[in-house]
Amino acid sequence: MPFSDPTADGPTIQRTSEIALKNGMSIKVLFDQLKTIRESVSIPLVLMGYLNPVYQYGVEKFCQKCNEIGIDGTILPDLPLDEFEAEYKTIFEQNNLHNILLITPQTSEARIRQIDAVSKGFIYMVSSSSTTGAGKKVEDFHADYFERIQHMNLKNPRLIGFGISDNATFTNACKYASGAIIGSAFVSSFSEELEIADSVAQFVKNMLIPN
Amino acid sequence: MKYQVNEKGYYGEFGGAWIPEMMFTNVDELKRRYLEIIESDSFRKEFDQLLKDYVGRPSPLYYASRLSEHYGSKIYLKREDLNHTGSHKLNNTIGQILLAQQLGKTRIIAETGAGQHGVATATVCALKGIKCIVYMGALDVSRQAPNVKKMKMLGAEVIPVHSGNKTLKDATNEAMRDWINNPEDTHYIIGSVVGPHPYPDMVARFQSVISAEMKKQLLEQTGSEFPTRILACVGGGSNAAGAFYHYLDDEQVELIGVEAAGKGIATDETAATLAVGSPGVLHSSRTMLMQNNDGQITEPYSISAGLDYPGIGPLHAHLFKTGRAKFLAATDEEVLKAVLLLTQKEGIIPALESAHALAALDKIKMNPDDVNVINLSGSGNKDMETYLNYFGY
Ligand SMILES: Cc1ncc(COP(=O)(O)O)c(C=O)c1O
Repeated sequence: MPFSDPTADGPTIQRTSEIALKNGMSIKVLFDQLKTIRESVSIPLVLMGYLNPVYQYGVEKFCQKCNEIGIDGTILPDLPLDEFEAEYKTIFEQNNLHNILLITPQTSEARIRQIDAVSKGFIYMVSSSSTTGAGKKVEDFHADYFERIQHMNLKNPRLIGFGISDNATFTNACKYASGAIIGSAFVSSFSEELEIADSVAQFVKNMLIPN
Repeated sequence: MKYQVNEKGYYGEFGGAWIPEMMFTNVDELKRRYLEIIESDSFRKEFDQLLKDYVGRPSPLYYASRLSEHYGSKIYLKREDLNHTGSHKLNNTIGQILLAQQLGKTRIIAETGAGQHGVATATVCALKGIKCIVYMGALDVSRQAPNVKKMKMLGAEVIPVHSGNKTLKDATNEAMRDWINNPEDTHYIIGSVVGPHPYPDMVARFQSVISAEMKKQLLEQTGSEFPTRILACVGGGSNAAGAFYHYLDDEQVELIGVEAAGKGIATDETAATLAVGSPGVLHSSRTMLMQNNDGQITEPYSISAGLDYPGIGPLHAHLFKTGRAKFLAATDEEVLKAVLLLTQKEGIIPALESAHALAALDKIKMNPDDVNVINLSGSGNKDMETYLNYFGY
């Protein structure tokens, strides 16, 4: 769900958001495109974006629509724990929608416990405090942070994201968590030359096979 | 106390801290510590001393007799243009640099539009010997060139921002991204009463010295602390917040904020957020915004780089909603006329931003005995190129 001012994103997602908006993308268009998605896709589906477009669409209407279509969750980085609990938790729950929350190396243990208690689905574990697409190497990941969280025995599974861009970083993340989230590397893999289905297949293959 | 922020960081329905988790630790530390720090005796002592000896406060309250005669009503100018660095912005950066020191931060970042906040930040960083990085939209870098050179001379690094409209909103996005990427050693000195709680309240407190002085000066000069009305330009709203602050609960004082209409509020080229905007979330605050039906922020326009912003501080959104303050808008053309009028009636060349407040004098009804205070937020030095081009001198 592209936004004009993606403050948590680096240049890649900034640029792709701009292109998507120029192409006329909006939440209305997205919901139209997703109308029949559950006829062919059974894996969990999570929508990612920023709060303001959702806010304008109407948070309650948005959650109802997600429920109707069969969307499982949202990642809205500017909807943090405190504001979510105060204003929207009930609406999300009524619509079986999980709001995925983030943790970073700076997040205190007490706050991680709080986030774990409120969360359903999974916890989005940010590899290091940064904007997206920072092109990291395995050496940049903080094993001590990954291990510290691993040993907390949280009730929710964790997925590691930010800077996962190839097989090495993906495999490393999977050592410490239930999986990884790939954003910038994924969107930059699209090209004018390849059909989108082919380029996605190629991308996933590259991610799974050591090079 | 009706118009003060509540403990959750809200002014009525506006405000809050809609921050990505990567900013939580920094913003939470500020929220927990800012009041205790800025109300401590040692902080007050150093802050007051610097305002006096370094900024040059109190700034004069000047009775503008020829302008008063022109309008047939008494007009006073609060001379923030006479502060060191030429605007009200230094009041806030002095406060925040002392706070950053208390928090043990060693690196300062800031966003800037007109460059006044950038210069004010670079100045306090030079004063304290702290590293300074200023983000500035690439368009503003070219239209406020003298301020860019000043920042560099002061030792700051100026990073031009090429995203979006290349103005203040985009510079703010980039400063937030920097803070996300530097979560431990960096303090972000926001230049207005915008951003997540506690920034709007903290910046308003630092700027509130304007109305504190105004009360004393008015009492001395007119026999009453209370003017009929106060007018101030509003970009994010920090000079207006400072000028209104100690009068918020004195409902007999009319408060007027003046936004930048650009080429007119009925056109696409405007920055008058309250005139054309609606509620939403931007830069970690729920406030009034310029946006389309899909919730995408629309690009603002104003001749004045300091008012070229599609949002407004949550305090002002609340004052607008409750009707406590009235908000008008002045077009580029009206503003330039007001610049020349003040220049030739009083020998004071105002900043483009401040001239929005002056232009509003043509839009309100004033009685001969009314006391009107204009917050003259800054000097026109930075705008000379624009003035020379437009007026053809
Ligand atoms: C002289 C002057 N006045 C006003 C402003 C607008 O800011 P605010 O609305 O926060 O006072 C600026 C911003 O750059 C400025 O330079």
